[in-house]
Amino acid sequence: MKLYRKRSERRPWEENESEGAVPWLFVLPSLLAVTVLVLLPFIDVVRRSFFSAMSGQFVGFKNYLTVFQNDAFRLAAGNTAKFVAVCIPLLLVFSLLLALLVNAFREKRGVFKTSFLIPMAIPVASIVLLWKVVFHENGLFNIFLGWLGAAPVDWLDSELTFAVLVFSYLWKNTGYDMILWLSGITAISPALYESAQIDGAGALQRFFRITLPGLMPTLFTITVLSLLNSFKVFREAYLIGGNYPNTSIYMLQHLFNNWFADLDVDKMCAGAVLMALVVFLLIMLLQRFWGREAQNE
Amino acid sequence: MKMRKWLIGMLLAFIAFFVWVPLWLLISGSLMGAEEMTQNLAPVLGNTEGTAVWPLLPMYPTLKPYIELLLDTPQFFAMFWNSCRQVFPVVIGQVLIGAPAAWAFARFHFRGKKILYSLYIVLMLMPFQVTMVSSYLVLDNLGLMNSVWAIILPGAVSTFPVFLMVRFFTSIPSALTEAAALDGAGPLQIFFHIGLPLGAPGILSAVVLGFLEYWNALEQPLTFLQDKTLWPLSLYLPTVTADNAGVSLVASVIMLVPALLIFLFGQRYLEAGISASGMKD
Repeated sequence: MKLYRKRSERRPWEENESEGAVPWLFVLPSLLAVTVLVLLPFIDVVRRSFFSAMSGQFVGFKNYLTVFQNDAFRLAAGNTAKFVAVCIPLLLVFSLLLALLVNAFREKRGVFKTSFLIPMAIPVASIVLLWKVVFHENGLFNIFLGWLGAAPVDWLDSELTFAVLVFSYLWKNTGYDMILWLSGITAISPALYESAQIDGAGALQRFFRITLPGLMPTLFTITVLSLLNSFKVFREAYLIGGNYPNTSIYMLQHLFNNWFADLDVDKMCAGAVLMALVVFLLIMLLQRFWGREAQNE
Repeated sequence: MKMRKWLIGMLLAFIAFFVWVPLWLLISGSLMGAEEMTQNLAPVLGNTEGTAVWPLLPMYPTLKPYIELLLDTPQFFAMFWNSCRQVFPVVIGQVLIGAPAAWAFARFHFRGKKILYSLYIVLMLMPFQVTMVSSYLVLDNLGLMNSVWAIILPGAVSTFPVFLMVRFFTSIPSALTEAAALDGAGPLQIFFHIGLPLGAPGILSAVVLGFLEYWNALEQPLTFLQDKTLWPLSLYLPTVTADNAGVSLVASVIMLVPALLIFLFGQRYLEAGISASGMKD
């Protein structure tokens, strides 16, 4: 009895403001560091994006206009959009397929899970040389194509480089999405499958009636996470083409690097703010979906 | 049923082949002698006629490239050391700064918590292109450009590890912390004696993901380190040319080893971390 009373006295102490400064002491180091190193400088970047770095004068949206009219920006933004449009659907479908296969294969599941996750651990730098040898005009992949009777292609520096980029990205990132799908699959209640089996539903029916609808929330999360992750595709592009790749894989990060090399602060600031806006919109989309889902539960 | 299982297994093995073959080629290639290497890869690296060959097993396997790299190439150690002194402080910093913050977000109620946490999530999702200019401006102001701190500081304050650890700290049963508080334990004691030990899987998954991310870092060192003597391996290896292909292949393998070891020992935490990153709160 006494214990119980004491506990109920503790509850309010634990759960309202009377904790006072304690939580803040825990957050403080992180919050301070984030404020000084990320937040304040970003606010400064927003401010700078409306000023000219040279003269220090207010120029309104001029920097943004310059960015939009910049050919390199259009190329990079277009490539990035194209990459997202091609690669994300492939990534989602392929990783879902893998997850379903791994899930259906019970005994040696661990081996395959490990296999598909390993590329995540392989540093891009470690496979640069190998990629060169495989995709070079005189390389291994063209030998293979030669057996099939196809003419050799310069995979590393032509319009087709884009395909190599997509392949490399899938190679490295499918494992991550597969794990996300798998945790979505395990979250579906097994009771649903049991009752479906009793009702005589076939494998295909079970997939379309139970698995797929059950994975809808996961689908949305994975899409958004993959979208946001795809801004990191620079690493794979660098793996294929270094700093000056074929124009078909010239990405936003390359552009920012060029601006940086020229110390073109005006464009970098406006570009960063634009990027932040796009990402922020994507996050809002995710938030709305998560909110809706929470209501459904 | 047996047939179906066999089919699935074959399909999975076929796909896994695309992972294992490159790994195998990398390791077998690193055992090729310099001559064999030059001969095999000249069509690619030296632009001579013919096509490249990468044998599944080297004709004359030798450890000579390894010995050469480890004994005669002091630059390699400098690069390796650069990688280490950039990656480890980042990961340690992420835990030291991030774990208490994550604990606060997971276990306390305070004014502004929701807004602050949302801010952390937004920051964690921002790509490097967004933070690059602002980081540059601060680092330049502090005079830290072109030093290891230019990599360590922005990395250590990343909010992704905080987010991950919050997921794991939240799942610790509150009965435990309540009981400890009942016994007179202060907030710090509860954090150290209950939070850290029970939240260890979360901390480990942050460490594994953080290590893999920064061991592979390209964008940050490429931007913030002009001085090539500060370059980590991840940045140096892609610039390799034909004449030191053999050594670079060995360097690739050695660079791969720490990442693979961390992956193999931490796979459980890695998977838990990935799953946690996809959960809604």
